[in-house]
Parts: sequence; C-alpha cells; structure tokens
Amino acid sequence: MLYREAGQFKTSYAADQAMLPILQDRIGILVILLVAFVGIPVFATDFFMGSIMIPFLVFALAAVGLNILTGYAGQLSLGTGAFMGVGAYSCYKITTLFPDTNIIIAILLSGVFSAIIGVIFGLPSLRIKGLYLAITTLAAQFFLEWCFIRIGWLYNYNDSGAIEVPQRKIFDIAVTGASATPMVRYLVIVSIVAVLSLVAANVLRGRIGRSWMMIRDMDIAAELMGIRPLYAKLSAFAFSSYYCGVAGALMVFMWLGSAEVEAFDINHSFLVLFMVIIGGMGSILGCFLGAAFIWVLPIVMRGLPSLMGLDILAATTEHITNIVIGVLIIFFLIVEPHGLARLWQIGKEKLRSWPFPYASS
Amino acid sequence: MKRNTLTLLAAGVIAASSWIPVAQAEDSMYMPSMTYRTGPFAGGGTPFADGYADYFNMLNERDGGINGVKIVVDECETAYNTQKGVECYESTKGNGALAYSPLSTGITLALIPKAPVDQIPVFSMGYGLSAAAAGEQFPWAFVYPASYWSQLSSILKYIDSNGGIEGKKIGFIYLDVGYGKEPIPLLDQLSESMGFSVAKFPVGVKEMQNQGSQWLNVRKERPDWMIMWGWGAMNPTAIKEAAKIRFPLDRFIGNWWAGSHSDLKAVGESGKGYLAANFSGIGQDFGAVQDILKYVVNEGKSKVGSPDDVGNVLYNRGMFNAVVLAEAIKVAQDTTGKTIIDGADMRDGLEAINLDQARLTELGLEGFTGDVQGSCSDHEGNGSIFIQQWSGSDWEKISDLIPPMTDVVRPMLEEAAESYVSDKPDWKGQACS
Amino acid sequence: MELLNSIFVAPFVDMAAYPDFLIQVIWEGFVAGVLYSLIALGFVLIYKASGVFNFAQGIMVVFSALALVSLHEAGVPAWLAVVLAIGIMGVLAVSIERLVLRKLVNQHDAILLMATIGLTLILKGVGELIFGGEPKPMITEQLGLPTGSTDWEVFDGIVIFQHIDIAAAVIAVLMVMALGVFFSKTRIGRALRAVADDHQAALSVGISLHQIWAIVWFASGIVALVTGIMWGARSEVSFALEIIALKALAVLILGGFTSIPGAIVGGLLIGIGEKLFEVYWGALFGSGVEAWFAYVLALIFLLFRPQGLFGERIIERV
Repeated sequence: MLYREAGQFKTSYAADQAMLPILQDRIGILVILLVAFVGIPVFATDFFMGSIMIPFLVFALAAVGLNILTGYAGQLSLGTGAFMGVGAYSCYKITTLFPDTNIIIAILLSGVFSAIIGVIFGLPSLRIKGLYLAITTLAAQFFLEWCFIRIGWLYNYNDSGAIEVPQRKIFDIAVTGASATPMVRYLVIVSIVAVLSLVAANVLRGRIGRSWMMIRDMDIAAELMGIRPLYAKLSAFAFSSYYCGVAGALMVFMWLGSAEVEAFDINHSFLVLFMVIIGGMGSILGCFLGAAFIWVLPIVMRGLPSLMGLDILAATTEHITNIVIGVLIIFFLIVEPHGLARLWQIGKEKLRSWPFPYASS
Repeated sequence: MKRNTLTLLAAGVIAASSWIPVAQAEDSMYMPSMTYRTGPFAGGGTPFADGYADYFNMLNERDGGINGVKIVVDECETAYNTQKGVECYESTKGNGALAYSPLSTGITLALIPKAPVDQIPVFSMGYGLSAAAAGEQFPWAFVYPASYWSQLSSILKYIDSNGGIEGKKIGFIYLDVGYGKEPIPLLDQLSESMGFSVAKFPVGVKEMQNQGSQWLNVRKERPDWMIMWGWGAMNPTAIKEAAKIRFPLDRFIGNWWAGSHSDLKAVGESGKGYLAANFSGIGQDFGAVQDILKYVVNEGKSKVGSPDDVGNVLYNRGMFNAVVLAEAIKVAQDTTGKTIIDGADMRDGLEAINLDQARLTELGLEGFTGDVQGSCSDHEGNGSIFIQQWSGSDWEKISDLIPPMTDVVRPMLEEAAESYVSDKPDWKGQACS
Repeated sequence: MELLNSIFVAPFVDMAAYPDFLIQVIWEGFVAGVLYSLIALGFVLIYKASGVFNFAQGIMVVFSALALVSLHEAGVPAWLAVVLAIGIMGVLAVSIERLVLRKLVNQHDAILLMATIGLTLILKGVGELIFGGEPKPMITEQLGLPTGSTDWEVFDGIVIFQHIDIAAAVIAVLMVMALGVFFSKTRIGRALRAVADDHQAALSVGISLHQIWAIVWFASGIVALVTGIMWGARSEVSFALEIIALKALAVLILGGFTSIPGAIVGGLLIGIGEKLFEVYWGALFGSGVEAWFAYVLALIFLLFRPQGLFGERIIERV
C-alpha cells in the first residue's frame, strides 16, 4: 500500500532512468533532507550534533569512498585510514600555507591529493587482484603512516607531531577551531556529504560506474567488451581516495580538532570496512546505514547499563561491544551478505503489498 | 523476522538519541575519569584508573566528600584512542565536569583548544603538551608536577651527577608518536649546552614488541647512557632487549611512564638495576593509602585486582592525580565560599594550588612527592622527580628529589607556547603580573 | 655523491669492519624471521585446505598464549595448562567450523576474509573479557624452555645467542618436519592434501570436508600457541602482539598463499632483510623503516611475480 507505484507512468526515457523513479522515494529523500538540514539543527542538542551526527557523517562519507572501491569496483582495500590521513594532512598544509583560502575549498581540494596517492597505490591492481591486492593496500597503510610521522614538513615541524586545526571563518562565522559551534560544523559537513553523495550516486549509475561494476563482476569479460581495466581500476581508486580524503579532512577539521597519526591507523581502516560490510557492499544507502550502526551501537551499548541501572565496568561494555560487532559481521555475512541496505530493500518489497501480503502484485 | 530486526534497529537509534546522561544529585560534584582498561596500553591505564577512582571514593567514605560534597567519579573508556576520548569528552562535559585528565597525549592535544570554550580545565599530570606549563598562554591547561621537558632536564642532571655528562653519548629510545617525540627539542638544545651527543632510536607503535633492530643499533652506536620514553608493552620488551645485548641496566633510565610495576613484573629478575624517573611515592606506607585500603579496598568498593596492587607506581600516580584535583576543589571552595563549584572555579583552584610538605603531611602523604606550587604563569608547579631502581622484585627510591633546570627549560617552554598560539589569532591567554 | 656513498659504500664498509655485529644482525633477523614464518604457516595451513584467508591468525596467537598464561596463573600446573590451551584451540576450531565456515561454503574469497576479521573482533573481545587487557609474562621456565645466553667469540668480537632464540628455531624446524610427516604419511594428512587440490574430487571419494576444516583450524591453532609461547618469551604476552602478526601477510605474498616452504623462506627473507635494512640503511630514511619494509618489499615483488616465490601459477579462465 505504502510503496505502490501503480499509476506512476513514465513517459520519457529520462524519467525512466531517473535516480529515484518512484514518487515515494522522492518524498522520502526530501523528508530526510528536511530533517537533516532543518529538523536536527533546530531541535537536536549539541551533543547529538557534535558527537553523533558529525562522526556519523564523516564515517558515512569514508564508507562511500571505500564502497566505491570495494563494493562497486571489487578491489578490496585495507588502507582507508591512510587515505583519510592524506586528506587530513593535505588540508592542514593547504590551510597553513595559504591561510586565506576558504576552508571549504581547502577541504574539497585536499581530496585531490588523496586521489593522486590513491592512484599511485592503485597501480599494482593492474597486475594483481583479490586478496593479494588487499595486502598491498596494507603497504599503503603502513608506508603512509610512517610518512606522517617521519616527514616533519607535513605537520609543520610541530613539537607534538600532531596537526592542530587553526581557526578559520567564513563570513565571520567560525567554521573550524574550538569556538566553532557544533551546529555550524554540522551544517557544513551535512552539506558537503549531501552534495558528494549525490555526485557519487550519479557517477555510479553512469558510464564510469557501470565500467567499475563490470570489472568487479568479471574483469576479463569486461576487458573483452571494451572496458579498459587501466582506466576503470585507476579511476575507481582515484574516486574512492578522493572521498576518503575529504572524509579525513572533515574528520580532523570539523570533528576532532587535532589529530595524531594514530587517528588514521589500521583499526580505523577496519572500522570503515565494517561499516561497508554491515551496511551493504555496493549500496550508497548502505554506507549511511552501516556508519550509523557501527558508530551509534557502541554509544548505545555504553548507555544501556546505566539506563538499566546496572553497574558494569566501562571496559567490560567495550569488550562486549567488540564481541557484538564481530558477531554481527559474521551474522550479516552468513544471513545477508548484502547488509542492511538489502534489509531495507526487503522491507520495501513488503511494504509494497502491505497489509495484504498474499494479494498478487 | 526481517521487520523485527528493522524495528529493533530503529528502537536502538531512538534509544541512542534520547539517551540522556544520568542527572547528578544536588549535593555532589561530577568528576569524569578517562580510562583505558582495554587496548594495547591497558597495562598502564588500569592501575592508574583504579588509584584515581579509589582516592575520590575514599574521600567520600571517610570525610563524606570534600567539604561535605560528594564526588561522583564517572569512568569513560577511551582505549587510548583519540576519537573515543573526544566522544567521551563531548558526552560528559554537560554533566558539570570539573576537570579532565585524559591520560593520553593525543586526547590532551584535542582537548586543550576546547577547554577555554567550555570552561573546563585540562589537567594532564606530567604528560601532554609541555608548553602548557606556560600559564600565560594556556590558562586552562595544567601539567603539574612537571612537564616532560622539566623531567628530561632532571634526568640529565642525574646523569651529570653520576660521572659527568660532558663528552658522553646519550641514547634516546622512544615510542614513535607525539608522546615520545615531545622531549626531543630540549634534548637537542641541551646536548649543545651540556656537551653530550645524542643517538635516537624510534620504536613504532606496531614494533613495540619487536625491538630487535633498535637494540642492534644501540649496540652499534655504543651509547654511555640510555634514556627511554616508552609506554605499555614497549617498556618490558626494551628492558629485556637491553639485558640481552648486555647494556648495563643501571645506565638505562626510563621516564616516569616507563617505570611501573606492571612493566617490570614481566621482566623480573633480569631487569635488576634498571632505573626510572618518578614523582609519586611508592608503596602503601602513606596515611592516605592506608585509608584507601581501609575504607575502599577492604570494603570491596574498589575495582583493583588485589590489595597488593595498591601502592604500585601507577596506582599511586593515579591516586596523586586525584589528590591534586581534590586539593584544587578544596582551594576553589575555600576561595569562592561556594560548596558546589564549576569548571571556572576549578581552574582558579588548580592555579592557586599549593601542595607543600606541610599540606602533604596533612593529607597523609608525607614525603610522597616534592612541593607542587602553581601560579598564574607556572602551570607545572616546579615539581621535582626522584630516581628509582628495580631490585629484581620491587622498586626502590635511590635518589633525592632532583629539581628541573628551570632556567633552561622555562624560556624554551615559553617559546614553544608562543609558537603554539602564533597561528591561532583568536587564542586567549591571560595576563600574569 | 655523499648520498650514493651512504647507500652503496658505507653500509658494506660497516659490515666488513664489524663482521661479528653483522652476524648478530643476521641471527636476530633469522629468529624474527622464524617467528614470522610460524605465523605465516598458520595462514597457509588454513588457506590450502579451505581457501579461507585467516586474518584471525594473529589474534589466535595472542589468545592461545594468554589462555596458557592465565591458566597457569590460576594455579594449573604448566604441562596441564599446555594441554588445556591446546584443548581450547581445539574447541575453538570445531566451533569456528560449525558456526562460521560451514555456513559460508562457496562464498567469495573476500567474504571469507571479512568473516575472519569479524572473528578477530570476537576473539579480542572475549580474550580481554576473560583474561584482562594487561600484558602478562610468559611462563618460560615453568615450561622447561631455556633461558640465558651463549657467547661466541669471533672476529675480535662477540655474538650473543639467546638460548630461547635457539630453542625457537629448533622447535620451528621440528614443527615443520612434523607437519611434513603428517601431510605425507598419515591418512588425514593425505586427505588434507586431496582437499587442497580439489574439493569436489575429495568429497566424491568420501573425505569429509567439515572434519578436515576443523582439523586444519586446530593445527593452525597449535601453531599459533607455539608462536605465542616463543614470542611471549622474547617480550611478553599482550594484545599488542596481534599487530606484529600482520607482517606475516607480507611474508605470505613473498612465499605464496599455498606453499609451506614459501612461508618459511618468505619469513626468513623478510626477517633478515628488514633487520639488515633497518640497521645499515635505516638511518638514511630517519629509521623506523621496519614498519613498512616488509609490505613494500612484498608490493614491489608482486609487480614482478604475482603468484609469489613458490605459489602456483595463476591461470585465468573466462
């Protein structure tokens, strides 16, 4: 009932190929955007915006980046954290070398550097694939981490070895730095994420995105059909790293405020990978679902004992959270390898015929 | 079944967003405790967190709090991870948090710029940013009883008084992160003025338990003394490797995070002779520690594994962290006349702290540490360190208190503080007369 | 010029000037390499038999060693603790096969890899929950492992051999030999090889895949325990060990995923290579190059020989 598309006729090819061909989806997206841009800033607390929404959006963007590479182009990567680091350090360099640069431009530009590094480390993908490639991305992870420590120029030879976010303003409103309010930071981040997700969704259903999926499904067949693996694979690495780079810059500039190398370590790469797995490989929606799930779950778990009036050690909940996430990953891989996004699809199907599930549709 | 899963998920998200931290009662104050009882550094984080919580609980049990106001200690697990630390901060700062002790250089760096905005002081006791000792530039950060730089200068003084340092070669082995690199500028500077040479041996976080190459390099460089800035599993591994290459352990000095019981227990007898800096007393022979045993540990209100762990180096250090905070609360209460204070009062209290020997004795901590006296401009309190030695089964204090080379360190601290704020046009310092 | 000198001349001059030190470096590298090989061996066993790239091998090392040490701490005699720890790895192997692998038959490589990453999280959480997060000293003496060291005076210098390192090398050799005998002489071993060659053919002659999988996981659990004991004796047992285990991945690339000799040769190459590189060339890069040397070596190597040193040649069919 709720999801019936009966009566919605397409009269042109363009309409048929629209990103959201069904009216209900269009309304849904509008509602989500309305909530994100108006509802949350007006009603939510600073904690909700600063510690739940901002990290969630950062991770969602990084997950989109990884999903482009892993979910759409089929190249498993364990180096997401390092590529986010490249973005963060480039953004830091841009904004300290050219303090007058608009910070939004600096953030968007920093992704370009990340994309370049991504392409360099993507080169082996032309010769190797699958698990072997996954391990070479580990080389990227550890080598870049080492660079962040050893190349003092990257952090302006600061004694602490950390990058600290300088205050930057747009129209006299502090956007970065400690005095930037969560609401301002949230609005900046949500705008960037919304625009970039839209771009990703469009690229993915276009020619480039289709060539990635062909490479993923069967690279030799794709090659025989005229897809050039060189372009397809490297462009996937470039796009993916761009998104990760911007996410990394946002993470440091809009959320943490300062970062050491550990912020981009291998565990960080895994965290994003978990989001993609649980959210659903090959789905933009899944990135958001996965990021929300993995980020919010520990917070809920931490809150649960006190809500139930139990006195459990903070560390114990941490361990249990680890176990739960591990179990969920395996559970999803076994039961629903396409993740939360697939669950939503199934839900949609059910809603279509609800409340008369046995009526023929 | 699928629908149920969805409903559950939705319920979870709603629960998360509506989760409001437990409201505090009127007659208590809220003291967050950032801990890491998990992760690669849990071995150091756990005793520290125990000592911290037990001291406040002891005050609550014995005196009914500080001036009759109970302190609620709320632990938040960071796993030594900056993101989690920042999340802990954001989620607890609204509860009336009086001060944060992040116990991680990374988290400290993230919190220092936030402190003036949220009006909650950051107390990084003997870690974090050395430059924060300059109170003019960092009104909201404190590093009592000494910054890393002061500590290093004291260690060098110790070396100098044990056979002279001029013309010697000092090896510096450090955890290759912000924490370990922090003292290098001072080391380089002092090597020129004191006339010794330096060889540096970085140990990556991933290589903490795989230090073969570093120690081969030590053997190649043949330094006269070794200084270590290590943490967690790095420490026992380093000491074992040093013993393996037959480096004389009584010429190997760890900083105060590289000299705990948990580090040396793993090494045992073969670590005999190893030295470490420390500023907090060792053992249970202090009135305050006895009270903790009596009111908290023996009552089963502590998380500590066994009563024997009370009095360990890191336990006592965690306790001392709480002592300084409790003292600051008391000072703030006395000067403001309020019983419930806020973060800004706490800052003033921390700045006006005066833990001299008389006051320490009153607190049941006679001879526990050197005098710690803060002021508007001095946020490290001019604390002294002593050197302790591992006897094979326990730590023994082997030196008197060694004050830092304030004349050399202070100008450098001020310079570093200047450069920290130089690219932050809206940074607010304070004027000290 | 100076740069060229410090790359191509100075290190070799150094080596020649202090040959005792060079031997020491190679020995240290050899021992580290043996331990990398052991971890890699655990990977290879599982990958050969079930095609699962077991990311959890590293945490299995920590988990088994922690179980052993904690059991001993709880008052269990050392020999019994070893038996029980082996038993725990057995239970673990069976439950992994029952609850995870059996349900993921015929899935894509990457899916299986991710399942083992999930497994890593679970083992980490369970391990910390039960055994606590603090590092623990290995019960070297109680296990009858040698301590102390022997000096070898040579070229006007000394080379120090730790007895525990020698023991590690000997035990590793014995273990590889035992595995070799097991694979070639026993019925189960031959069944294992059959499975590795062709699942379906193996099934059709009546070999139980489930049983074989449980056995290989058990075998690599024992390898993990041995690795944990050895590495624990060199430093201590803590969760930080898990990260070192990642280095075995680079070893696998050099050696190939399916080759036991490859794992050994690869491990030794990386162990010795990284020590030599760090000691003689590391200063050029500002040291700490060990963190990435193994991976970058593997990466460069892959560009020329994607199947590894001893790996089977990859043939693609459409």
